[in-house]
Amino acid sequence: MLIKLTGGRIIDPVQKLNGEVQDLYIRDGVMVAAPEPGERIHEEYNLQGRIIMAGAIDLHTHIGGGKVNIARMMLPEDHRRDLVSRHEHPRSGCGCAAPSTLTAGYRYAEMGYTACFEPAMLPMNARQAHLEMGDTPMVDKGAYAMLGSDDFLLRQLVANEDQRAINDYVAYTLNASQAMGLKVVNPGGISAFKFNQRSLNLDESHSHYQGVTPRRIVFALARALDELGVPHPLHIHASNLGVPGNVDTTLNTMLASEGFPIHLTHIQFHSYGTEGDRKFSSGAARIAEAINSNPHVSADVGQILFNQTVTASGDSMIQFKNARHGSPKKSVVMDIECDAGCGVVPFRYRDQNFVNALQWAIGLEIFLLVDDPWRIFLTTDHPNGAPFTSYPHLIRLLMDKSFRDEKLAGIDPTAAAMSTLGSINREYSLYEIAILTRAAPARTLGMKNMGHLSPGAVADVVVYREDADREAMFTAPELVFRRGQRVVKNGRIEQVVWGDVHVVKPDYDRGIERRLQEYHQRYQTINPNHVRIHDEEIPILTNGGGLQIHRCSRHGGAL
Amino acid sequence: MLCDDLTLAPGKSSIEVVQGGCSRGAQAFAASATTKNTPLIQGRSATFEQAMAHAAGLLKNSRRPLFAGLATDVQGMRGLAALAETAGAVMDHRNSPAKFRNIFTVQSQGWITTTFAEVRNRADLIIMVGTTAVKNFPRFFERLVWPATPMFLEDIETRRVVMLGPESCAQATSPAGRAAQHLPCAIEDLPDVVAALRARFNGASLDGDAVAGIPLSALDALIEQIRAARYCVFVWAAPDLPAQHGELTVQMLSGLLTELNQTLRAAGLPLGGNDGDFSADAVLLWQTGFPFRVSLAEDRPVYDPYLQSAEGLLARGEADLLLWTAALAPHPAPATSLPTIVLAGAGAAPDDKVDVWIPVATPGVDGDGHLFRGDKIISLYLPAVMDSGLPGVRAVAQGLAAALGGAPC
Repeated sequence: MLIKLTGGRIIDPVQKLNGEVQDLYIRDGVMVAAPEPGERIHEEYNLQGRIIMAGAIDLHTHIGGGKVNIARMMLPEDHRRDLVSRHEHPRSGCGCAAPSTLTAGYRYAEMGYTACFEPAMLPMNARQAHLEMGDTPMVDKGAYAMLGSDDFLLRQLVANEDQRAINDYVAYTLNASQAMGLKVVNPGGISAFKFNQRSLNLDESHSHYQGVTPRRIVFALARALDELGVPHPLHIHASNLGVPGNVDTTLNTMLASEGFPIHLTHIQFHSYGTEGDRKFSSGAARIAEAINSNPHVSADVGQILFNQTVTASGDSMIQFKNARHGSPKKSVVMDIECDAGCGVVPFRYRDQNFVNALQWAIGLEIFLLVDDPWRIFLTTDHPNGAPFTSYPHLIRLLMDKSFRDEKLAGIDPTAAAMSTLGSINREYSLYEIAILTRAAPARTLGMKNMGHLSPGAVADVVVYREDADREAMFTAPELVFRRGQRVVKNGRIEQVVWGDVHVVKPDYDRGIERRLQEYHQRYQTINPNHVRIHDEEIPILTNGGGLQIHRCSRHGGAL
Repeated sequence: MLCDDLTLAPGKSSIEVVQGGCSRGAQAFAASATTKNTPLIQGRSATFEQAMAHAAGLLKNSRRPLFAGLATDVQGMRGLAALAETAGAVMDHRNSPAKFRNIFTVQSQGWITTTFAEVRNRADLIIMVGTTAVKNFPRFFERLVWPATPMFLEDIETRRVVMLGPESCAQATSPAGRAAQHLPCAIEDLPDVVAALRARFNGASLDGDAVAGIPLSALDALIEQIRAARYCVFVWAAPDLPAQHGELTVQMLSGLLTELNQTLRAAGLPLGGNDGDFSADAVLLWQTGFPFRVSLAEDRPVYDPYLQSAEGLLARGEADLLLWTAALAPHPAPATSLPTIVLAGAGAAPDDKVDVWIPVATPGVDGDGHLFRGDKIISLYLPAVMDSGLPGVRAVAQGLAAALGGAPC
């Protein structure tokens, strides 16, 4: 099957194509060079004037796992605001803050996304995460396993075990949970909360695991991934999320890895100062400057947008504290298996609320002040800052200064006055948006055949109608191809496909398995061999989806 | 509890649990012997093809089918949810009346909870509220309360157990022989007792010296124990709560936990997971956004936990067909005059009164299964340990959906 896409303007940062007109060819799901003259083209699309990009990749979106399902259970009133008909999609569902898996998959595809990564998969709850992702149609997916408040690692640190032993444990965890990367959430803090500590600063010791600090956890895990050759660096949800003044914690966390690559996630929530009458101010300039001058650091923003949403996080310590700010006022907090935790708090961000308005401005400041688009990623930390369906609106805010100024004029005036946003003239280009949403996520995740349209890449291709209203343009691409199959046309799902699962499988010394067997026998309630997800189980979990294994190689990775 | 430390031996026609396990597990495996492999149409033996065709015909003629029972695993529920979309069905689980005591609490105020390994390793005070747990979780005390090696307790004998409610049990006695403290009250008085406990914690004065026969001094002493504990766990099982004000009891516990956690650490353990209820509601939540009592009869999900209970729909004659799934335990279909299709797992007696009776594989016995544990956090893949040749619920549902020209899942 040979498909030709004729005459479109290609935006592909990997090939440094910035709107050049070029014909594209797809053979059996893969991008190929121009065929021999005379070879039969089975399908041809005349795409003159259209913008063509690779499929978009969301590297941080909470689409599956226990806490997402808790959020769904908590919010029937929110689902009712957006019930989705089976005439609109192949199957019915619901949208808004905690969409059903089916609706999430269809809507991602309708926006031109072809891969999504769940950033907080508890090893003990990994199977549920894969089941939910498995019921998310249309997109490829993967997940980052969560460590850093688990008893086993904290014991290793107390015992000052050799880094090699930590590497083995990390590698085992990635293999056993079928993960694509590793996440740490409030390092050590989720565990500390179970011992009734209410905060844990970067250099503060855990009360039970003496001498174990967030800094040590970050260093050990960042180093482990680097030594294992896992492409995506340690994905860090830093200490003190949401706390005024946490900008210092965040800047110090950048140094905690001592040069090993790290990714700071939803950094907007970690960029707060304490200036002004309200003791709440923007730390965006300092954060952006630090990212600019620290090439080992990348970040995604976690932009907030004004509306009802729900915050679902592994950070039980912070979520318990924030429950009093929830709206509607209800929350679920969970301590989990001496392994992790979670907290779910519905939230309504208001443009006339000083703190929310400033959070909005801080996120945009970070986007606009970070120079290197390869190291800043477009996220709302779905659904924590806003549902993923608001990405087109966010793209317009980044690309359209006058639109941004108009919105800035509508927010709480005190917050607007404290932000430098109005003085920033930068407008993102389509080329930069393609980096943020395609090329850079694929590169940091080590997916060499995704995020671009060179021959050999998978044929995940998105065709947009040029539109000065970038929100409209990115809301409904004209065509979306997945592996060369046309799955969306004019914003309608044409064909249901089930994506693959992307994983890494770093090597490790099998001795760790024996240790874990003994450890579980002694302390846990389940056999690790039964928690482990074997390759054969993947198609059952994912409705027939395949397994895409990405290579680990020392220094072959991200940055 | 999804105990995964059993040793099984294949018997002549069934599976025997040789080591580990409990009475419920042994029954389930032994039941594999009694499985009848022949579908019935109105009591007469039929082939699977005939039974499926007859069932599909009934579904086709139904305008408001009710899918109830739902005692199946994740894969079975995936199949039934897709079939419900095609057939326009309402879905409700047999355990719903009890489960909604918890669900409503989560939807109205939320809660603070914990999981099995945290209880096993961390809790120094365990308060059993209106349940002994052992009816549905025979190994609860053995595995979670009295392990030899709790992670954060130097000696398991320092763990205290309080039984609040009508019953105590022998298993609640510690390995060294220390009996659990029992604060007895009638089950229908439990909401009052929990409310009084919460009120006393918040410093309220109450009329009289006792609540439901429990002296206020005993409640005050319990509060002192809670204050002194490093990690106190309240265990309840929604089905064991009183029919009147069961939900209110859970709300009271949730409120008390929120108040306790302002300065202390404490958590609830709402036990569940029987008959696949956690597996079924997990799938319905992620696929539709709603737990049980959700209807796909319209073009979009409609959630009405009051009007769409299986019991209510049957009593009011607001369904015109019943599809009853009991793949995990031999629960018979409720008596009804409606056309009825039964998907029955191991151990179910063939029902010749229903229109179509289809034997199906039991997840984890003669069929592969994915099931959630009683704390909802861990799910396991349970491959079949014997081959009966029976189809799983998902395969049957897919077959019926295909016959109806069904949805693509």
